[in-house]
Amino acid sequence: MDNLDQLVASATADFAAATEPARLEDAKARYLGKDGSLTALLKGLGKLPAEERKTAGAAINIAKEHIESALTARREALKNAQLEAQLATEALDVTLPGRGLPCGGLHPVSISLARIEQLFRSIGFEVADGPEIETDWHNFTALNTPENHPARSMHDTFYLLGEDGKVHDDVLLRTHTSPVQIRAMLAHTERHRDAETMPELRVICPGRVYRVDSDATHSPMFHQVEGLWVGEKVSFADLKGVVADFLRRFFESDDMKVRFRPSFFPFTEPSAEIDVAFMGGALEGRWLEIAGCGMVHPNVLRFGGFDPEKYTGFAFGMGPDRLTMLRYGINDLRLFFEGDLRFLAQFK
Amino acid sequence: MQFSESWLRSLCNPALSNEELCHLLTMAGLEVEENEPVAPEFAGVVVAHVLSVEKHPDADKLKLCSVDVGEAAPLQIVCGAPNVTAGMKVPCARVGAKLPGIEIKRAKVRGVESHGMLCSARELGLSEDHGGLLPLAADAIVGEDIRRHLDLDDRKITIKLTPNRADCLSVLGIARELSALTGAPLAASEIKPVTAVIDDRRAIQLDAPASCSRYCGRIIRGVNANAPTPEWMKRRIERSGIRSISFLVDATNYVMLEIGQPLHAFDDAELAGTIHVRLPTPGEKLLLLNEQTVTPSPDTALIADDEKPLAMAGVMGGEHSGISDATRDLFLESAFFPPAAIAGKARALGFSSDASHRYERGVDFELQRRAIERATQLILENCGGQPGPVVEAVAPEHLPQRRPVTLRSARAARVLGIALPEERIEAMFKSLGLQVERVAEGFRVTPPSFRFDIEIEEDLIEEIARIHGYDNIPSLPPVARMAMMPAGESRKSAMALRRQVAARDYHEVVTYSFVEAAWEADFAANGTPVVLANPIASQMGVMRSTLIGGLVGTLAANRKRQIDRVRVFEIGRCFRREAGAAPVDGYSQPLRLGGLAAGTAQPEQWGAATRRVDFFDVKADVEALFSPHRLEFVKAAHPALHPGRCAEIRLDGAAVGVIGELHPRWVQKYELGTAPVVFELDMPALLATPFPAYVEVSRFPAVVRDLALVVPQNQALAPLLAGLKAAAPAIVRDVALFDVYQGKGLADSEKSLAFRIVMQDTQRTLEDAEVDAVIADLLVIAGRDFAASLRG
Repeated sequence: MDNLDQLVASATADFAAATEPARLEDAKARYLGKDGSLTALLKGLGKLPAEERKTAGAAINIAKEHIESALTARREALKNAQLEAQLATEALDVTLPGRGLPCGGLHPVSISLARIEQLFRSIGFEVADGPEIETDWHNFTALNTPENHPARSMHDTFYLLGEDGKVHDDVLLRTHTSPVQIRAMLAHTERHRDAETMPELRVICPGRVYRVDSDATHSPMFHQVEGLWVGEKVSFADLKGVVADFLRRFFESDDMKVRFRPSFFPFTEPSAEIDVAFMGGALEGRWLEIAGCGMVHPNVLRFGGFDPEKYTGFAFGMGPDRLTMLRYGINDLRLFFEGDLRFLAQFK
Repeated sequence: MQFSESWLRSLCNPALSNEELCHLLTMAGLEVEENEPVAPEFAGVVVAHVLSVEKHPDADKLKLCSVDVGEAAPLQIVCGAPNVTAGMKVPCARVGAKLPGIEIKRAKVRGVESHGMLCSARELGLSEDHGGLLPLAADAIVGEDIRRHLDLDDRKITIKLTPNRADCLSVLGIARELSALTGAPLAASEIKPVTAVIDDRRAIQLDAPASCSRYCGRIIRGVNANAPTPEWMKRRIERSGIRSISFLVDATNYVMLEIGQPLHAFDDAELAGTIHVRLPTPGEKLLLLNEQTVTPSPDTALIADDEKPLAMAGVMGGEHSGISDATRDLFLESAFFPPAAIAGKARALGFSSDASHRYERGVDFELQRRAIERATQLILENCGGQPGPVVEAVAPEHLPQRRPVTLRSARAARVLGIALPEERIEAMFKSLGLQVERVAEGFRVTPPSFRFDIEIEEDLIEEIARIHGYDNIPSLPPVARMAMMPAGESRKSAMALRRQVAARDYHEVVTYSFVEAAWEADFAANGTPVVLANPIASQMGVMRSTLIGGLVGTLAANRKRQIDRVRVFEIGRCFRREAGAAPVDGYSQPLRLGGLAAGTAQPEQWGAATRRVDFFDVKADVEALFSPHRLEFVKAAHPALHPGRCAEIRLDGAAVGVIGELHPRWVQKYELGTAPVVFELDMPALLATPFPAYVEVSRFPAVVRDLALVVPQNQALAPLLAGLKAAAPAIVRDVALFDVYQGKGLADSEKSLAFRIVMQDTQRTLEDAEVDAVIADLLVIAGRDFAASLRG
């Protein structure tokens, strides 16, 4: 039986020495092939006496199983080695850049507008839109700013020439987004004309506005967002709550200071300017004027189809350009309108 | 409105620091814009009396002065000022004094001890005047601190007044407000009428009473027009931002600043007969004080005498009737012009005056007589003269009315969100000078003549909020009925679209809606753009009717910065004249999305051949933005685009945009180097998204066959594809082009289009024979309708 053990040992050694599948198969033939040593032993069994044959056969079979399992293990090992070798040759430089198109980006003011929309939507404001060439009536008259009202000198208005080459003074480039208030109110009161009590109107109106003004802090075209809430129980305290909440959420700054101070707009009363002060950063502690607001003037409510005895409302208007500048620390308004990709590509 | 803090405090002086005072005013709606000291900080300078002046023994230009600074012994000071003379009073910086930039030490000047420095205005930082020592008044108290003597701890405060607060366009007005806010008393401003000593008078006739409802006039004879303006008055008006000119002018300005009534002084010798306030005769001209000759509009009131116009009422005096150094006899005017008569008049002429600024906002209509008495008093005190009686013409029916306004306490509480005790409200109203009467639901309030902004209940609610303090009104979280917002699936938001465009490697830009007229001509062939009447610059003169100009401009600007690969988009309105357009008649203002891609198709990168972006790259972007809509691209012409590389984009048969390569002519003109591909799409079409329409998914295998057709070179794909699809039976799920070939094996006039045809049935497995039959049928159709043959 010693030679059986030897045979197993020798086969295992031969298999281990085979470093390629073909060599392994050669080695296998030497033991398990037609003329292999183990096959020869099996063939020799017939010559043994019957009583020995059984034990010898069992021993040979055990040896054969050992050899076969050694063979299988070696085959597996060789296969793995081969795969690993192949994988090694297939290795990539994973530090090479990815291929294809990169991503563009949104204008920084659009990013702000998206956040403004999202924040106001979360408390039930819808987004409305209006024309930029606006009627004098919507831009001024319906906003309680009759002709020659001194407040009109607060806006330097762009007017248009008619086809006859004369100034067409019943239309203009809107000087603020407030006329959308009027359009939104008229649409709302028309839609709910037959209602005993109209549902609340909550709307924000972002868009471009125009004024004859141009320097480092003024652009003849800029953005505004108007907000309006009209209902049966809307108060100045609500206005303060909503706007202060918005500003803290927008700037993600719970400790930001917000103050309201009396001001004047023809279309709101009482009116307020809103100042904020950051508690850190380059502008720490400075009051910065950020928005105007107030309770909607009864004349404006009337123009919008609401009965001011039954309904009250507040409105606010703010400059997303300025909000964006403060948020990202941008120091020149003109960058927003110059289309310089080195600037724009910083906002994704 | 600029004013001197110490002037204000002379009328109302609450126990507040400068900073607290400014904060209080700001928070009451009188926003303090500027708050600057009238003099820089310095200390140790006193009023000195120059006792004697002797020549310096060793220097020609220096003098030895013996100076009394109020101490036991005079000081010896060396001084080089040309104007130093014995007997004058001057500021003296004593040893130890800290002046702006220097500290005064005992020094030897050319061998002589000097115990201080006599100062010029510049050395004290008061002005740029360095011509000599600053002479002080003869009655100045020797030894008094100069800061006290010249009131140099005063500050200049500028308030940005909102147009409704005309009542605060005077120091008295601000003092009144301050008194209401703090409870500090308002100094009584009693103005005693001056008794006439002569009977000279001019008749006054209000020919246009709607434009002038009160006019007070008075002659003062024998004034000394050359009398200097006293220092205190000069200081106050200069610290209020008005230049001192001559006493008579200064005095009228002083009264205007003090109580808010604009005054005008005429040279009485230049006047003839009666003073008329009338409308102009047609074509009448007037030379104004600012040397501008104007032809007043028919609704502009003039002050005139029997012969000629003298002044533009409430706006500006005339050049010829004003006072001068030679004036002996004055005619003083103190009038009330209603805001509506003055509003816009100065602006229409391109200027503004202190008078028009006040009148168009509202001057107290009961102030005229007081103002003329106050001015007379100042004039008599300073330059003598004999006053005549005040002649007053009034048209009471044209004076503003002060109607009582009812305030309902409940309404105030509802609007503000807090209820205030009625006693508190009443006290606030009284402090503001409003007449208050309690009524059942609240108050009946009559505003005083100086308030032009209290006409309705809300005006009173605002006063309550203001005096109570906006800070003291709580910030409440909003309370509303909850209702879900509609969120329609068949419409995406503009923001979602923006992100989609950005995801395809475009950067968003915002360009001006006004462009140069050439852009409109070049990129839209628009010869009649919407023109601005008052553009900010000629290259921003017309409203755009296409976004392409702005995008090309962006490309050109970036190319100048050596950025070759530019991919940008913009969402904005375009403008065209269109009768009957909504919502604003005469102008259509569609919202569009425009895009531009230039440079390489992808950023230069390893493992990918670099090639320039082309029509089809951008077409894929456009298709993706409209997905899942299927678009139709129809060869078209567009002024901005290459005639052979331009398509109109259609959706369900309607034009929704255009795409193409920029015309080579514009590539050259705008120095772009290489042609960008641009597109412009209608936003409403982009935002409408079809609701998904479910189709059953087949469980039977699909059969795929390829079909390569040789067609004439100029055969467009779309009709051929449409023809194949139309002819295909229901089992054909898809016919898609997968290859276009031209070249070897084909004639120059030919090309090959290869289609992959997918067939599948939802109920059964297809048989080879029927599949073959379909392909054969399609081939026949292609041959018959499109001269196509099977590629061998």
